[in-house]
Amino acid sequence: MTVLLIALGAAVGAPLRYLTDRAVQSRHGSAFPWGTLLVNVAGSLLLGIVVGWPAGPAVSALLGTGFCGALTTYSTFSYETLRLTTGGHRLLALTNVLGSVTAGLAAATAGYALARALTG
Amino acid sequence: MPEPFEPRTDPDVDLRVPADRRELTARPATILAAIAAGGVLGALARAGLQHAVPHPPTGFPWATFTINTSGCLLIGVLMAVLGHLDGGPPLARPFLGVGVLGGFTTFSTYAVDVQQAIVVGAPGTALAYLAATVLGALVAVGVGDAATTGLLRQATR
Repeated sequence: MTVLLIALGAAVGAPLRYLTDRAVQSRHGSAFPWGTLLVNVAGSLLLGIVVGWPAGPAVSALLGTGFCGALTTYSTFSYETLRLTTGGHRLLALTNVLGSVTAGLAAATAGYALARALTG
Repeated sequence: MPEPFEPRTDPDVDLRVPADRRELTARPATILAAIAAGGVLGALARAGLQHAVPHPPTGFPWATFTINTSGCLLIGVLMAVLGHLDGGPPLARPFLGVGVLGGFTTFSTYAVDVQQAIVVGAPGTALAYLAATVLGALVAVGVGDAATTGLLRQATR
């Protein structure tokens, strides 16, 4: 059952990352990977909520491991940073690393704190 | 006549690459299904590894660290191979890159594991994990890209 829930969450999360990235890119022309930053921060916020909430194993598998895991990505984040660096955008690459890590951690912390506050 | 493969920043979708702009409109169901199928495989592989190598709240998340660094190595290899093949088969990047490696690696678990280590009072572990993952991932993607590009150049010389 857990395997099916993880698969279901991932089957939605992975295409949603692609579609979000596409939608974000179509709205700006800069080389900065705003789309990846957005999915990574949003996924970290949601996973923070899932972990802070007294969520059962089914919800954790579906939303946490499956959906948030597939929505967010480390491979795309690192490849984009590499390309920014080799493309001469070193400042953007550094901003991407520091910004993603800081914003991701802040989102995870906010999500966790929010869930804890709501559930007492 | 195939268009020349342009250098891309984003392995998921890069709208500055002409083929990527047309990709979804040409056959949306096939593309999204390939990404979803790849994402499921990647996520299940990740879940399996995390289940096999669990970590205590104060411990270093070795499974996720290994997943993220190896996934970054593999995306470097994959994109170098696809670049060498002028983009490769149409579904290769959506399935393997966006789907499998995107679903395998995770930023949310990384962020929440760092946050949880802080919550349980292990700031040293949190900082070590935070830094080791970022550095490991960037070294891995660079090595994967450079080594593969070098090998392919040698092979075709």
